[in-house]
Amino acid sequence: MGRSTTAKDAEALVHSLRSAYSATPTNLKIIDFYIAFAVVTALIQVVYMAIVGSFPFNSFLSGVLSCVGTAVLAVCLRIQVNKENKEFKDLPPERAFADFVLCNLVLHLVIINFLG
Amino acid sequence: MEAFMERNLGLFFIVALCALAWATESIFHPVSEQHRSAALEFFSSADGHFGSLEETYEALRTFQVLGIEKDAKIQTSACASVIETLKSPTPGTKQIFHALITNSLLTCDIGHEAFQGIQSGLTDSLNDATALLDFYYAIGSLVLLKGQTPEVSLNEGDANRIVQSIKTLSQSDGRWRLNSNNPESRFDAAGMAIEAIAGVISLSTSEINQNVIDALKNDIVKLFDGIQRYDDGAYYFEEKLVDAHGYQGPLSVSAAVVRGIAAFAAVTPESLHLSDEKIVGLAKYFLGIGVPGSAKDLYNQIDALACINNLKGSIPLLLSFPATVISSTKNNQVKVKATNVLGSVIPNLSVKLMQIFTKGSKDGSVIDQKLKYDHENEVHVLETLPESIDIGSYIFSFEAVFYDPEQKKNYATGGRTKVPIYITGVVSIDNAEIAILDSDSGSSESIKFDINRENTVSLSANHLQKMKLSFHLSTPSQNSFKPKQAFLKLTHESGVEHIFLVGSSVKKFEIVLDFLGLVEKLFYLSGKYSIHLTLGDSAMENSFLRTLGYIELDLPDAPEKAPRPPPQRVDVYSRYGPKPEIAHIFRAPEKTAPTWLSNTFLALVIIPFIGFIVLLFGLGANFKGFPKTTASAAFALLFHIGIAAALLLYVAFWIKLDLFTTLKALGLIGAFLLVVGHKTLAYLAAASSSSKLKSS
Repeated sequence: MGRSTTAKDAEALVHSLRSAYSATPTNLKIIDFYIAFAVVTALIQVVYMAIVGSFPFNSFLSGVLSCVGTAVLAVCLRIQVNKENKEFKDLPPERAFADFVLCNLVLHLVIINFLG
Repeated sequence: MEAFMERNLGLFFIVALCALAWATESIFHPVSEQHRSAALEFFSSADGHFGSLEETYEALRTFQVLGIEKDAKIQTSACASVIETLKSPTPGTKQIFHALITNSLLTCDIGHEAFQGIQSGLTDSLNDATALLDFYYAIGSLVLLKGQTPEVSLNEGDANRIVQSIKTLSQSDGRWRLNSNNPESRFDAAGMAIEAIAGVISLSTSEINQNVIDALKNDIVKLFDGIQRYDDGAYYFEEKLVDAHGYQGPLSVSAAVVRGIAAFAAVTPESLHLSDEKIVGLAKYFLGIGVPGSAKDLYNQIDALACINNLKGSIPLLLSFPATVISSTKNNQVKVKATNVLGSVIPNLSVKLMQIFTKGSKDGSVIDQKLKYDHENEVHVLETLPESIDIGSYIFSFEAVFYDPEQKKNYATGGRTKVPIYITGVVSIDNAEIAILDSDSGSSESIKFDINRENTVSLSANHLQKMKLSFHLSTPSQNSFKPKQAFLKLTHESGVEHIFLVGSSVKKFEIVLDFLGLVEKLFYLSGKYSIHLTLGDSAMENSFLRTLGYIELDLPDAPEKAPRPPPQRVDVYSRYGPKPEIAHIFRAPEKTAPTWLSNTFLALVIIPFIGFIVLLFGLGANFKGFPKTTASAAFALLFHIGIAAALLLYVAFWIKLDLFTTLKALGLIGAFLLVVGHKTLAYLAAASSSSKLKSS
């Protein structure tokens, strides 16, 4: 009676996810929010293109790829900064952040050039 | 020197060839209104002032001979220059000469003392003179001075000495050298020398030795042996070997000689025994120039003609012809004007037509007809042409006969005057017949048509037939006429043309077109051909090109190897003219989204960013890790400023800049960021590792 088991399971899943997630360090959460922001921005641009058509296609690509690119770079940053990740144990997070900044600068240069 | 000789010889041969090509009959017109208007044009000056005294004199002399009234302004300014020159402290002999000769044409108010002052200077320079020009100007000035102060004269000893000095410069061929250093002898120097000696003769108090005069006459005869001749009877003098520096054209050289001869003739009582032919020939040369192109040439021409006109015993008589094309339909008459070279009519003579030659034949019919004198227009008129003269080109030979034999002695006629006369008239064409003949049967009926109307003929033929056209031409005097041009042209409707000559026999003109033989020439083109006839001649007043009509030709088909007709001339305007305007169709611009929609989405895109910031605050992100020490804080600040600068650079790149400028700027900012970022991050790394050490 009441809610079905799948609903209960889903609720329990979400709950456990939330509690597990709250354990992550703050800096990683910041990066996660950044990624979410970038993806949402990309989705809004796709919706816009769906409405008005793909006429200047390069601009659309530029905008979407800027968001997607920066999200990807943020993901890489998160991987490298995450202390639980044994692979990047010796890499100082400042170095990772420097790489992130550099790659973003290059990405945005290319994006601006392609924007037209 | 050799090159010059060859070049001048070459020029001489070319001139001689040109002269040979000229007809022996030419018409010379005397001085006319055209010369007067040219004089007014060349010698015009706003304030009456010409360049120099010499030019002033040339202008005044030309006006005097042509009978043009002197402008008061010219007179006053010329007198002013004359007085100024004569009063100047060191005038050159040449300047004095020009001043005095200008004064002789005007009546300037110059005091007796001025003349006295000059006289002594002139006598001195005459005694010191060695070059021909010095003698010329000094003697000339003294002669002119004599006109003002009659006591100017030369004694016998001085006169003889001066004449001898001048004569030392003479050459054996009758020409003179300019001075003893200069080896070349010239005709114009001869003219000046003769004029100078004539001046000495007129200044001398006692009789000059007759030998001197005879010697000079011989010199003049020798000089005239060097005269050159054009085929039309004009005689002139030209320097043969002269360096380019002192080259004078034949006009000024001949004028200088004429001035000398005239001056000498004026001081000797007996005549110079120069042949009439040469005197008249010289006059013809000057007149044959027409109206010269420059002021100096006009002065030389007019002055020389005036000098020739004053040669007593040899004044040239000119028969000139206002019109040489006589139209028999308009009943024109041959008119002759008997004038002297300056254009004044010579009275008391009659003109006779002696002979008429047909062009090309040597002997002509003797006429000996006297022309009637029209007092009103002062012309001699040939009232009726002789019976035998039909239309065509002829050469009429005229002679002037004086009523008074005494008067005849004053003039030189140069023999009979031959002039080409063209008599034109209307040629009538009649008995025009055209027929299509079958090749086997000789005759077929021929159609008589009116050749004077267009498009009266319409025929058809095939390639086995012939077309025959015949007509008869006759002059106003009912003689048969043979024109220079008689062509028949067949034009196909496509534009291809064929031209045939119309042959003539004694009585009529006839052409037979045998189409069998012409099939290939006509390029096997069948169809409608229009027939055009051209008849023309210089004596025909009604030369024509007329379309007679059409002929339909039926020709066999062209075989494989037959020549194609030539491509027709394209209408120039269709090929090279402007082409039709091209209307460009541009790509329709793409549809873009409406502005409000774009702006809405702009706002929508900003929202996630705002959401991100809000979430960050909600998360408790802070700036606690910001470096505390001043140096590191400065570096950290600079690091953020650098990143902001790079992002702003990207914005500027999008708005305005190009890639290369951006890359350059980015390089600078990047280098800066590297340094600053390294410092900041190194500090942060050091800080975090020390805190880790502390905590662990």
